Amino acid sequence: MAHLPILQVILPLLAAPLCLFLKRPKLVWLFACVVTALTFTISVLLVQQVTSTGVISYELGGWAPPWGIEYRIDALNAFVIMVVSGLSAVVLLAARTSLENELSSNRQTYFYALYLLSLTGMLGILATGDAFNVFVFLEISSLSAYALIAMGKDRRALWASYQYLIMGTIGATFILIGIGLMYQMTGTLNMQDLAERLPEVAQTRTVFVSFAFVVVGVCLKLALFPLHLWLPNAYAYAPSIVTAMLAATSTKVAIYLLIRFTFTVFGLSFSFTTLPLNILFLVLGLLGVFVASTSAIYQQNVKHIFAYSSIAQVGYMIVGISVGTAAGLSASLMHIFNHALMKGALFLALAGVMYRLGNVQLKSFQGLGRQMPLTMAAIVVGGLSLIGVPLTVGFISKWYLVVAMIENGWWPVAILILFGSLLAIIYLWRVVEVAYFRAPNKDNESVKEAPLGILIPTWILVLANVYFGVDTRINVQIAQMAAENLFGVAP
Amino acid sequence: MVGVVVAIIWMKDLIAVVMLLGIYGLLTASFFMAMDAVDVAFTEASVGAGISTLLLLVAIAKTKRKEHPSRHKPLLALLVVVITGGLLIYGTYDMPIFGMADAPAHTHVAQRYIEDSYDEIGIPNIVTSVLSSYRGFDTFGEVVVIFTAGLGIIGLLSTVNGTGTRKKLPTINDSIEDQHIVLRIVGKILIPFILLFALYVQFHGEYGPGGGFQAGVIFGAGIILYAMLFGMDIARRVISQSLIQLIAAFGVLLYGAVGVVSFLNGGTFLDYNVLLENPVAGQHLGILLIELGVGMTVASVIIIIFFNFAGRKGPQQISDDLGA
Amino acid sequence: MLIGHYNYWVVVALMMLGFYIIIAHGNLIKKLVGLTIFQTSVFIFYISVAKVDGGSAPILADGITQYSNPLPHVLILTAIVVGIATTALGLAIIVRINEAYDSIEEEFIQQQDNLS
Repeated sequence: MAHLPILQVILPLLAAPLCLFLKRPKLVWLFACVVTALTFTISVLLVQQVTSTGVISYELGGWAPPWGIEYRIDALNAFVIMVVSGLSAVVLLAARTSLENELSSNRQTYFYALYLLSLTGMLGILATGDAFNVFVFLEISSLSAYALIAMGKDRRALWASYQYLIMGTIGATFILIGIGLMYQMTGTLNMQDLAERLPEVAQTRTVFVSFAFVVVGVCLKLALFPLHLWLPNAYAYAPSIVTAMLAATSTKVAIYLLIRFTFTVFGLSFSFTTLPLNILFLVLGLLGVFVASTSAIYQQNVKHIFAYSSIAQVGYMIVGISVGTAAGLSASLMHIFNHALMKGALFLALAGVMYRLGNVQLKSFQGLGRQMPLTMAAIVVGGLSLIGVPLTVGFISKWYLVVAMIENGWWPVAILILFGSLLAIIYLWRVVEVAYFRAPNKDNESVKEAPLGILIPTWILVLANVYFGVDTRINVQIAQMAAENLFGVAP
Repeated sequence: MVGVVVAIIWMKDLIAVVMLLGIYGLLTASFFMAMDAVDVAFTEASVGAGISTLLLLVAIAKTKRKEHPSRHKPLLALLVVVITGGLLIYGTYDMPIFGMADAPAHTHVAQRYIEDSYDEIGIPNIVTSVLSSYRGFDTFGEVVVIFTAGLGIIGLLSTVNGTGTRKKLPTINDSIEDQHIVLRIVGKILIPFILLFALYVQFHGEYGPGGGFQAGVIFGAGIILYAMLFGMDIARRVISQSLIQLIAAFGVLLYGAVGVVSFLNGGTFLDYNVLLENPVAGQHLGILLIELGVGMTVASVIIIIFFNFAGRKGPQQISDDLGA
Repeated sequence: MLIGHYNYWVVVALMMLGFYIIIAHGNLIKKLVGLTIFQTSVFIFYISVAKVDGGSAPILADGITQYSNPLPHVLILTAIVVGIATTALGLAIIVRINEAYDSIEEEFIQQQDNLS
């Protein structure tokens, strides 16, 4: 039990090289599924442990922090770890069927190994309490993501992957510069230790600059407007499974990092009082919501539509953070959980379409409402959740977000958020309209429902969307607990 | 150094750019030497001036040599760069003076490494103790990064054109095979020594600069030299791709296994103290094993990378440049 | 004061030259070269932080009391390795791009994408 914090990272990590020994893709897939399921189980246990006993600290190598590297699990990262490992496990279930048509079998073993490594990287970022360790695991998750994206069938996947590599590496290097400056001023890399020592030097320009670099670097990874340009193509041309996985998890990890650095490391008073960060985040978040939602309306590729919608959703999370209150932060955290469920469901449904049609252009969706009723129904439910209709998870987070704004007296912002949902209705309606109200074109008449291998994982997520929209114990309570902890601990 | 970089900006010939980059790497390495960072200098020399130059050259051989003389948006770029640079310069004003001994960076965490590492770990090279013990988990992450890159490169480059029939693989240096008997003989004599030197660096890291990573690079370079002199076909016959992959995977597993054993023995992950009864001896054993894991993974990934690059079809315009 | 920070200014200049190459150049390999320069200059910054006047290399020996700070050295060893891994993967992608588009210039690749 005491080793849970490290186990959830090294389990997928050590499983990745083992994949190479197994060789046969089917076997590797089974093995990877078992591993991710175990990882998810561990993460649930971790959440239980944290909610009952409080923060867990695990000293790697037996060296006490700040000399050694520490894994530090509190309600915040236990929550995000659960989301990330859970979604990765479900998405992976669909991988075998989906990859049949998208990747040659001799590369599938590498695909699964890289998938596990990417998961490892993200879990490592989430669990660690050491600033430099973040950088190392960030690169593990990024490098594997670049490779996974580049495995897409379309040659544009290569170009998208290259652009992501350049942007991602610039982001990582910015973070590295920021960490270096922090180290120079404090002499430590441990986050907890940094939080204690930074206030002494908080007035120096060097600390200000280091903060700026860390935030910009993380925002590049986060695809916060206007640093989002790499994201739509990367999502659109990657193999469908990779899209589902990245959309459900990777931006969440970046949001977590942003929260961790602004709240825990630099501290609330520094981030929000010394600097006009709340105004900046508010403006960028809202701009992100509107610019991305509007772009989504004009896209012809359905993956592009949902990719832009992801950028908009990131905008909502940033707006939640910008309020600087526990209510706002917990709304953002809920949205991490909820958005992972929605986008996981939506992109897995698209994986089903991709499997049958070979593309996801909007015009090929004609008549799919009749040809693939279950897949399209999944898209409709996921879409309703995205809009924020009651009885879906999307409603919960939008509701708490609006309440948080109103509590803080930010009426106009609350109205703008609701207006953003209207834009979501428009871009989703385009998909629904084509799928349900147009006769199938010639190519589509023989199209059948997506295979069970994809359909089942899709519906697991769709049902989760509804279930957690009604029974809000897990997502709301833990998110609120995590948010209150951060505000309690933060000086 | 600034001059070299400015020259890189203006050069259109990519080979020249890469050569300048190599010089830049070497200059950086000498700077690190002057800054007392011997281990880092060693690594930078082998990576910056060695491996990355080699990889870039191979990549250029497979793509295009000339940069197309078109400029997109120098103004916007300039603006971004000036803002970022300005911010950094602004940040330097409150930095501790360069080289000051009582700067915060030197007085907090680092103090313990310098004062206590010998008693706790028992080896004189502090960099090695911090790298493999105090921050051993970072190093584990580093090995995984290398492994990830290796996997990614196989996933991207291997077997796409080689469906079924094993044709003679195109190599970047077919010509050398016939022409340079002297080179081959010298190579034959040299290669065993390179490999031996790699082993020396591997196990000497505790006392002087060096360790698993540098040893892996040297070992990999030795094999690459062999491949270049005797042709890719023969090299591939000697070292099969799938075996190399397994060795790379095994290196990661070995490192991980040390960690797992240490928590089975009642410590935490990568706690070498519990490996043996005597903590210092345990540290020794742990460091030895993980450095071995690092070396194995690094060497095999470098070989994998090189083989996969060289195995691709492509224009061979610079084969002579490389050989000469 | 001025002399005390001179070293850092050179580092910033190097960083920004590398950064400029990444943004302004359209050749994919050149961009990677820029990235390498950018990263390497960050390494130089870290190592400069580690320097202590009158200190010597952090390998324990009798009679030496002042050592340079070993921690940034360790961090940079890791970062160098991460950097070369990124470069290698980037080059692999470039080789594939060249096969798919027969070009390694941003401009031509985007032209081809817009056509298709």
